Amino acid sequence: MIRVENLQKAFGDQRVLQGVSFEVNSGEIMIVIGRSGGGKSVLLRHLLGLFQPDSGRIFVDGVDITGLRGRALDRVRERYGVVFQGGALFDSMTVFDNVAFPLREKSALSTQEIENRAEEKLVQVGLGGMGHKNPAEISGGMKKRVAIARALVTEPEIVFFDEPTTGLDPVLVNAIHHLILDLHRKFRFTAIMVSHEIPEIFQIAHRVAMLHEGVIVEAGDPKTIQGSANPVIQQFIHGEIEGPIRAT
Amino acid sequence: MNTEPSAALLRPVESLGRVTLDTVQSLGRFGLFLAQAVAWTFIPPFKFRQLLERVHFIGFRSLSVIILTGAFTGMVLGLQVFLTLSRFGSEAFLGPAVALSLIRELGPVLSALMVTGRAGSALTAEIGIMRITEQIDALTVMALNPMRYLIVPVVVAGVITFPLMTALFDVVGIFGGYLVGVKLLGLSEGTYFGEMRPFVDMADIMTGFWKSLSFGVIVTWVCTYKGYYTGHGAEGVSRATTQAVVLSSVLILVWDYFLGSVLP
Repeated sequence: MIRVENLQKAFGDQRVLQGVSFEVNSGEIMIVIGRSGGGKSVLLRHLLGLFQPDSGRIFVDGVDITGLRGRALDRVRERYGVVFQGGALFDSMTVFDNVAFPLREKSALSTQEIENRAEEKLVQVGLGGMGHKNPAEISGGMKKRVAIARALVTEPEIVFFDEPTTGLDPVLVNAIHHLILDLHRKFRFTAIMVSHEIPEIFQIAHRVAMLHEGVIVEAGDPKTIQGSANPVIQQFIHGEIEGPIRAT
Repeated sequence: MNTEPSAALLRPVESLGRVTLDTVQSLGRFGLFLAQAVAWTFIPPFKFRQLLERVHFIGFRSLSVIILTGAFTGMVLGLQVFLTLSRFGSEAFLGPAVALSLIRELGPVLSALMVTGRAGSALTAEIGIMRITEQIDALTVMALNPMRYLIVPVVVAGVITFPLMTALFDVVGIFGGYLVGVKLLGLSEGTYFGEMRPFVDMADIMTGFWKSLSFGVIVTWVCTYKGYYTGHGAEGVSRATTQAVVLSSVLILVWDYFLGSVLP
């Protein structure tokens, strides 16, 4: 469904992506792991069409999106749902309006249908009856759940999660991961998640890819990655200080 | 052997070239930003609710500051111009002097500067925070154009509200001059208002109108642009806000001089 070929991106002298290649199959949860500042979010922004690569291509269902602009790119984005790292909730709107917003703007549904669907999504993420609150009045974990509800309200085919559990306590991390897994079982979307929640991500990922020094050093199912002989992967998943990854 | 000295000699040229390219690029981006905003203004669907919110924010919520500054500007003008004219025995011309100063120059310029300080800075900060918290990216990936949602309503609201606020500033200022000139310094009411009619014509009012309209575009253009392309973090937003206010204020004065010299 999504194929990334030899993606390269530099900011000035800093080469962030140096030839990233991987594939994500339809209905799969692919989790990209790697060090903070290692280019995971940059990779995600390329997939979303927010950054243009220096070279390389990204195919979504066989369509190269790297050359797309304007309406053509929007047509691809209409199939996306995105959960940003900080939630990116519109602080001028209530929680309910945030969730209903994509439907109000992009769908032909009636007002009643939009309200029903937005409330249903809030219930699914465990926030039924909280719609009247403002984003500033709710906790970090709730914001993440609202962001997930907003991303899924249009029932997208592909959902991107940019570190959806960063900054949350272990109980909430688990709760969010299980929520994503439950919603995935219900809606069967394709998911690409950027995270470094080790080892929790191994419970929900179908495949894991490790991004290190601008390339995918290995990709495979969770068991393959956990049993990998690659010292970079072993050091990363065990959080060791000594090894090929320098703690800078 | 000869490469090192020549490289050292070329370094300043290189730096100059880089600065020039960056400046040209920034100016191009600045111009394109307005061109895009203008283009999206005429492409439906139109965002009337956002427009009303922005008219309320830029216009209605600036009323008190406009009335206050307008009144005191008129009062200061009334006092100073009366004292100056009385040296020549021409106090009768206080009305037209106050009205012309306000309508042609002070009304558009001062109301634009006041709105820049009150609403322009807040707009830059608001859009800048939306940028750094990825709310603008969220709009983009929802296939919703941020220009249409965030920028166009602000620029259109600026075009609508600036002339109205300038008109209010002028009226309040003329009454401020009346209070000082007539009620305090004893000029007759008939002289104050009566002398205005032959001296203030439609061309003067239109000069003030065109100025305020263009200031509306300048302030909203600069303030939204600076917010939209803000730097990283709180420091980036803070710097963008300062730059927006300074640049808007300078452009208001420069454009005022330019328009003042070409308009009748």
